[in-house]
Amino acid sequence: MAEVKLHGRWYSPFPYRVIWALKLKGISYEYIEEDLSNKSPLLLQYNPVHKKIPVLVHSGKPICESMIIIEYIEEKWPQTPLLPSDPYEKAKARFWVKFVEEKAPAFWSLYRSTGEEQKKALKDSSETLKIVEEQGLGEKKFFGGDSIGIVDIAFGVIAHWFGVFEEIVEVKVLEAHAFPRLHAWKVNFEEVPVIKENLPDRDKMLDYFKKRRIESLSASQ
Amino acid sequence: MEELKLLGAWPSIYCYRVIWALKLKGVKYEYVEEDLSNKSDHLLQYNPVHKKVPVLVHHGKPVAETSVILEYIEEIWPQNPLLPNDPFEKALARFWTKFEEDKSPAFFAFFRGVGEEQEKATKEAKQLLKIIEDHGLGEKKFFGGNKIGLVDLAFGWLSAWLEVMEEVVGIKLMEANSFPRLEAWNKSFKEEPMIKENLPDRDEMLPYFKSLREKLIASATT
Repeated sequence: MAEVKLHGRWYSPFPYRVIWALKLKGISYEYIEEDLSNKSPLLLQYNPVHKKIPVLVHSGKPICESMIIIEYIEEKWPQTPLLPSDPYEKAKARFWVKFVEEKAPAFWSLYRSTGEEQKKALKDSSETLKIVEEQGLGEKKFFGGDSIGIVDIAFGVIAHWFGVFEEIVEVKVLEAHAFPRLHAWKVNFEEVPVIKENLPDRDKMLDYFKKRRIESLSASQ
Repeated sequence: MEELKLLGAWPSIYCYRVIWALKLKGVKYEYVEEDLSNKSDHLLQYNPVHKKVPVLVHHGKPVAETSVILEYIEEIWPQNPLLPNDPFEKALARFWTKFEEDKSPAFFAFFRGVGEEQEKATKEAKQLLKIIEDHGLGEKKFFGGNKIGLVDLAFGWLSAWLEVMEEVVGIKLMEANSFPRLEAWNKSFKEEPMIKENLPDRDEMLPYFKSLREKLIASATT
């Protein structure tokens, strides 16, 4: 069997997208934890342009960028498809993947900022959630329909990490009364066995991100 | 004939990417010029989320976002493929089209900047060009290898558009001496018949970009 390796970092959302795709398709892989404060020569060799994780290495060849990795996985291992087969529906799915990628910074910004900047992040993330709920999800259980697909995976990490950030900054945005369908989606998504069994430890995350927020806010003063 | 429309706005680099893809594949379409200062009901209906061009409308169904449109075109009309067949090479091509998308703000900053901000943007843009030349293009004739592919279309604006922007800004970004391989690519790209016949007119672009830069500088200082 060809060798599949995934370079990641336990607290980073993006490797989880790849983990979920690999697990959903039943693909065996070796996980390699990278220390981002001391990047391995291998990582720098595999991703010389961005020097970032995740990197999927298949038979020695590196693929970078989480959603590009998933498109690669989808083509190499077509079982449990994550993309619709109809080209138009596929285009719609890719549209929403791109949308959530573009809007993700506002979600991190809520966690990284204070004051006016945080207020703006709050507004931006709420607006994004509204569009995602009304036009992306609609009445569906999952973005992929009855089962999860590429958009659920793309947005799933953002929503999960956002939940941790909301707790740290003590601001609730993705609430059931404000976003009933999206809130229900998040609950359903995180109940899917592959997702549920492959999320980072929440206490560890809270601890890590709390510390990091304090450090970065004091560094910027 | 399949009903195919492209909603675009001159001289949008994104719209030209779609035009090139359709032309390279010999696909007939109807072009609809949109007035972005007075968006049509159709545009708002077809792209309610972003309200932007390009939008491809196939049998009445709209596809928005340039990279998504290009992947759709590639699948529906597989002749003259613009993406490699091999999944790994395909992933590399998608890496570079994403790189171009992610880094376009830096080039935009070069175009609309003044003074110190502009110096910083120029430096950053040159660094990006170096990465694109060294890692993206390498020794190949085109980003796509021996023939044009999606990555060439993604960087296509470095040809006709950048020259005009450089003239308006008064700074040469892609100097031939500093970026010999990109310069060679530029020449090859513009010589390709389907590209050569589908480039915006330089004399029309000059006043357009001059006026755009003035507007951007004015709005930044107010």
